[in-house]
Amino acid sequence: MNENSNPRWPKRRRILKAAAGSAALSTLGFPAIVRGQSATLNVGVLLPVSGTQAFIGQSCKYGADVAPAVLAGLGYSGGIRLIHADTETNVDVARSRAEKLINDGANVLVGPFDSGAAAAIAQVAEQKGVPFVINIAAAPQITEQGYKFVFRNFPTSPELVRNGLALMRDLFQATSTAPRTAVFMHVNDTFGQANRKAIDAILPTLNYLPFKVVDTIAYDPATKDLSVEVAKAKATNADFVMVVCRLNDAILLRREMVKQRWNPMGVISPGSPGMYEAQFYNALGKLSEYCISNVPWYDPKAALTKRIEAAMAKQFPKEKLMFHALNVGYTFEAILIAADAFRRAKTAESKALTEAIRQTDIKERMMLGGPLKFNAKGQVEGNLSAAIQNLNMRPTVVLPAAAAEASPVFPVPEYKRA
Amino acid sequence: MPLDLVANVLIAGLLAGLVYGLAALGLSVIFGVVRVVNFAHGEMMTAAMYLAIVLVGLTKLDPLVAAVPVGAILFVFGYALQRGLINAFVTRPEYTQFMLLVAIAIILVNAQLMIFGPNARNVQVDYALDSFAIGALIVDKVRVYAAAAAILVAAALFAFFRYTLVGKSIRACADNYLGAQVVGLNVKRLYALTFGLGAACVGAAGCMMLLLVDVTPVQGPAYTLLAFIIVIVGGMGSLPGALLAGVIIGMSEAIAGLLIAPSAKSMVTFAILVLVLLFRPQGLLGKQA
Repeated sequence: MNENSNPRWPKRRRILKAAAGSAALSTLGFPAIVRGQSATLNVGVLLPVSGTQAFIGQSCKYGADVAPAVLAGLGYSGGIRLIHADTETNVDVARSRAEKLINDGANVLVGPFDSGAAAAIAQVAEQKGVPFVINIAAAPQITEQGYKFVFRNFPTSPELVRNGLALMRDLFQATSTAPRTAVFMHVNDTFGQANRKAIDAILPTLNYLPFKVVDTIAYDPATKDLSVEVAKAKATNADFVMVVCRLNDAILLRREMVKQRWNPMGVISPGSPGMYEAQFYNALGKLSEYCISNVPWYDPKAALTKRIEAAMAKQFPKEKLMFHALNVGYTFEAILIAADAFRRAKTAESKALTEAIRQTDIKERMMLGGPLKFNAKGQVEGNLSAAIQNLNMRPTVVLPAAAAEASPVFPVPEYKRA
Repeated sequence: MPLDLVANVLIAGLLAGLVYGLAALGLSVIFGVVRVVNFAHGEMMTAAMYLAIVLVGLTKLDPLVAAVPVGAILFVFGYALQRGLINAFVTRPEYTQFMLLVAIAIILVNAQLMIFGPNARNVQVDYALDSFAIGALIVDKVRVYAAAAAILVAAALFAFFRYTLVGKSIRACADNYLGAQVVGLNVKRLYALTFGLGAACVGAAGCMMLLLVDVTPVQGPAYTLLAFIIVIVGGMGSLPGALLAGVIIGMSEAIAGLLIAPSAKSMVTFAILVLVLLFRPQGLLGKQA
C-alpha cells in the first residue's frame, strides 16, 4: 500500500522533519537544559541487584530506598527522585545502564558496589559531564585518573588494607597470639587484584605483624567450586587464612573448609565484604561463626544511624540494619552527598552540582570516620575500619577496644556440627 | 607437591567431571537424534534446580530422590515443547532454530527471575558437609553421591538406547531419517520422546548439581556454554563422548587449578576445546561427517 494514499498514515517527510528537529534539539543540548532547570534532583542509582553480587546489591538498595524519607527528616526539602538501574554484576551492563540513566535525565549517578563497574561508570560520567558519587568500590585507580566528575566516599584498597592489617596486629595483641604463617586467598576481579597489590606492597613494610604469607591463591569471582583452591590452601599448613572475598565465594569457601576438615586458627579478611552479610548467616548457620572482617563500619550510636534504623524498620520490617550496615550506610551517604550539594547549588545543572559536591563538608555521619570532605582527587579520606567477628550469628564489633561489643575469639574453636 | 593433595584434587575433578558429563548428556541426546541444538539447555537445568528446591521444600525428599519426579516433569515439558513448538522448526534453516531456542532460554530465565527472584538458593541435606576419609584422602560425600547417580542415569540411558525397541527406533531415526520413515516409524513421536528424554536427563542433572552449587536464574547461559564445550569435545551426538569429555574437563580444571592457578581453570577448558576443534573437529568419540 502506498503510504501517501491513506490520509491517517504519517507522512514520510513529516516524520523525517520531526526526526531532524529532535536531532537538532538534542545536539543543542536541550535535554541538558531541562535537566538543569529541574526542581527535583534525579539520582541514578546503579547497583548489582541481580547476578553473582545480587544479594549485596539489594542490601545496598535498602540504603537508597530509605534515603528520601531520611533526607526529608533531615530537612532536605528539595525533591529527590531515585531512578534505579541494575548492573547485573556485569561491567559492560553497568556502562550501558549509566549511559541510559543519563539519557533518561539523571543529574547525578550513585553506586555501584564494584570497582570494575565503578571504573566503567566513571568513564561515562566524565564523557557526559555528570557527577558520579561512588558508594562502595576500593580500587585506587578510579580516583587517580584526574577525573573531574568522579567522587568516592569509600577507602581505597591501600587504606582498607592498611587499616585492616593494623587491626590484625590489635587482634593478635588482644588475644596474645602470634600466628607465623598465612595463606592469602582472593577473588580475581578488579577489587581483589587491587587488594592483593596493596597487601603485596604494604605487608613487607610492616614490622609489627608476626606472620608471613606462604601462598597466594586467586580464584574466579563467579566460581561454583572452590575444592581445588581450598585443598591447595590447606596443603600450605598455614596458621590462618587471609581472605579478600565477595559473598557467594565466601560461603563456598567456608563450606569447603568444613568438608575438607581444615581448622586453621581463623579466617580473617583485611577489608572485604561477604562474611558479615545476612546471606552469609542464612546460608551457613553456625558455620558462619567466628569469621573476622576488618572493614569500614558504622557508628551504632550516631544520630543518623538511629534515623536510618527507624526508616528501615518502617519500610523493611523484616530486615535488620546490622546485617546491611556497611552497604546501607555508604549508599545512603552517597545520596546524602548528592542531596546536600543540590541544596547548596540550588540547581541540578551538572557543573554547579559537581562544584557543590567538591565543596561538601558534612559532619553528621553514619559511618565511622571524619567528616565527608573530598580531597583534590575526589576522595574522602579518613574512613575508619573496625574488626567485626561473627558471634552468636550476628556481626559484632570486637576491635578497636573503645567500640568493642565483645572480646575477640582467636584462635577460633574447631568446627562442630550445628 | 604432596601426593595426597594431588590425589584429593584429582578425585574431586573426576567426581565433578562425571556430573558435568551427565549435565551435557541431555544436549548430546537431543542433537544426536533430532539434530537441533538446544540453546535453552542451561536454562532448563536451572528450571529443574528450582523445581527440585520447591519439591524438596514441600515433600522433604532428598534431592537425589527428587531427581525421579523432576526428571519426569522435565520429560513432559520436553515432549510438549518438541511436539508443540520445535517440531515445526526441525526442517527449517538452522538460524531459525537458534532464534527459537534462544527465545525459549530468555523466557525461562525471566520467568525464573519473576518467580524466584535473583537470590542464590540451595537445599540443605544432612550430609551436605560430610566427607569420607580414607587415609590422607578426604572425599566429599555429596560429590560421591552425585557422581554415582550420574553414572546410574547414564547407564540407564545407554541401556534404553541399546536394548529397548523404542531406543532402537530412536537410533534408527538418528542414523537414517528417510529410512525410518519408509519402514513406518512415527518419527515425530520419536523426536518428541527423544527431546523428552534429553530434558529428563537435564532434570536429573539439575537435582545432582543442586547438591554441589547454589542456583540463580542467571546461571543458565553458563551451564549451556559448559554443556556445549563438553559435547563438542566429546563429539556431537555421542553419549559416551559426553561422559568422557565431562570427566576430561572436570579433571583438567582440577589439574590446572593445582599446577597453574585456580583462576586459570576455565582458560584450560577453552584451550582443550580449541585443540579438539583444530585436530579432531568431530570430537573425541564423534563420527566423521
